[in-house]
Amino acid sequence: MKQSEKNIIFGLYDDEEDLKSAIIKANADHLQIMDVLTPFPVHGLDPLLGLAESRLHIGGFVYGMMGTLTAFLGMSWIFTRDWPQIYGGKPYWPILSFVPITFELTVLFASIGMVVTFYVINGQGPGIQNTIIHPSITDDKFCIAFETDGLDYNQVDKLRNFFTNTGASLVETKTI
Amino acid sequence: MGSGPTSPIREPLVHGHKTYHQITEDLCSPTERAPSKAWTLAFIVALSALTFGVICILITIWVGIGTWRLNRTIGWGWDITNFVWWIGIGHAGTLISAILLLFRQKWRTGVNRAAEAMTIFAVICAALFPMIHVGRIWVVFYFFPYPNTRGPLWPNFNSPLLWDLFAISTYFTVSLLFWYTGLVPDFATVRDRAKGFRKKLYTFLAFGWTGAAKHWQRHEALSLVLAGLATPLVLSVHTIVSFDFATSVIPGWHTTIFPPYFVAGAIFSGFAMVQTLMVITRKVLNLQDYITIGHIESMNKVILVTGTIVGVAYLTELFIAWYSGYIYEQFAFFNRALGPYWWSYFGMMTCNVLSPQLFWSKKIRRNVTMTFFMSIFVNIGMWFERFVIIATTLARDYLPSSWSFYVPSIVEVGIYIGTLGIFFTFYLIFVRVAPVVAIAEIKHILKNAGDQYAKPNAKTTFQQVESGNTELQVAGHDSHAAHDHH
Repeated sequence: MKQSEKNIIFGLYDDEEDLKSAIIKANADHLQIMDVLTPFPVHGLDPLLGLAESRLHIGGFVYGMMGTLTAFLGMSWIFTRDWPQIYGGKPYWPILSFVPITFELTVLFASIGMVVTFYVINGQGPGIQNTIIHPSITDDKFCIAFETDGLDYNQVDKLRNFFTNTGASLVETKTI
Repeated sequence: MGSGPTSPIREPLVHGHKTYHQITEDLCSPTERAPSKAWTLAFIVALSALTFGVICILITIWVGIGTWRLNRTIGWGWDITNFVWWIGIGHAGTLISAILLLFRQKWRTGVNRAAEAMTIFAVICAALFPMIHVGRIWVVFYFFPYPNTRGPLWPNFNSPLLWDLFAISTYFTVSLLFWYTGLVPDFATVRDRAKGFRKKLYTFLAFGWTGAAKHWQRHEALSLVLAGLATPLVLSVHTIVSFDFATSVIPGWHTTIFPPYFVAGAIFSGFAMVQTLMVITRKVLNLQDYITIGHIESMNKVILVTGTIVGVAYLTELFIAWYSGYIYEQFAFFNRALGPYWWSYFGMMTCNVLSPQLFWSKKIRRNVTMTFFMSIFVNIGMWFERFVIIATTLARDYLPSSWSFYVPSIVEVGIYIGTLGIFFTFYLIFVRVAPVVAIAEIKHILKNAGDQYAKPNAKTTFQQVESGNTELQVAGHDSHAAHDHH
């Protein structure tokens, strides 16, 4: 078996409320959830799964500032150092004229930077194929997956029982 | 923005007692079945228009700008009119997806995908005009400031035309990223249903989306920040387009009212184009349960508000021209209304100011046929507005000796028809390839905006807050919704 391969057991739920109560039960039973996959963003999952708030917006701020500085310093350098020129009697360093382009580049850098970061940290991008646990997850099913590597038969059985008790409509094992 | 109780006065946004699976079926199936005859016919027409446009563009590039009927007095004609018209149309998509997201308007979910696509195609059409208008398209990259061997020679950062270049390229890029990021989860839905070649195609397009909770969390964070960035952006773009005129010294152009007036006009025309497309799309693709009469009414309200703002702006311009005591300004407006192009001024006034006032009537706002014709009127009116501002104003110069008249050549008309062809060709391909309504977003709002949930939800929340006659309101509202459904 290759290092990257994992054995998992997963269960599919028909409703996001079933999913949420199942996660609460799993937390109470100290079961280590590998991942939860849903067809749409289910609100209220983050605290249950202990997911920290995304720091993507901090990245956005940093990228945006890079845009601001690139535009403002770039135009300032061009107009005062590289090729000073008088346009229609305006000063060499017309700060107000720089506002529109500085704003646009701030937005441009922040947007491109955040989107690229988003795909890179998600491990996604054009042509990338990630393992699809079950095709219904992008349709109408809500999935909880546990890793079973290193678990003995009884522990896997306990997970299977967990799924049956919490109302999963489908329970399967898979190697991903 | 899904969770939380819904106000009982809101009508359901999803009709037909949909389940999650049914939503997937309804919204994916247009991409899965063979194209209909109507689609094929429309595609052939659009493609023919596109071809005609490409030929006219090639004639312009090969022979030169002399194939247009611009002259020394009227240096901007159909080209810039069409440019501003298309850019205006491109404003609704980002308004719907960004500003309405920040305002938590759930009805945006039914129309945002198509409106954003429309934005992107409209901006492509718009960007074409300045590029061919410069005459030498092969050196169009001179626009961009980059270290070059010509000095280095830099563009003039004081010029609103350069600001416009930055505004439009940023707007296009950000709209594209926003649109595609929203599409990725839906492409994954299509991918997981597809077979054969389509599976390969959608695997590529879906970027390896799995639906993991952490990814959704980041996706929402990203959408929110992009919306926050796109909101001032969408306002800035048409503001900067208006600077192209407002920073000049031409009477009738150099007015401070231009930025807000242009932004309102852009949203006005953008929503009109969204209505034109949505009324047809919902009918042809059977999406009446997702793009409901309620959605159409909401958009008509936006048209009414922005149309009224535009009307007030026209009247303000006239008043200020009179009040300023500045004869050149007064003459410019006198000339617009009663000069050689009086018909375009009255076309503008009728289509933009008078006709949207019909939308004060709820009956007309909720009438699909009326909406369709009104949207066409508004599109025509907004085209006339730009023509009035540009050609009419230029035609009467300071010196009567340079007064002139302008009629477009067949090449100019052809390029305009060509951009309509580009727009509709892209849109028709889009409805075949991508889900026209955002699948994941509809599923997200289903439990508080679906018709089977909205009713009991409305009652419980209302009983908690108030009591008594509220039941009546809910009942009245329901009978209304039922009425619309017929």
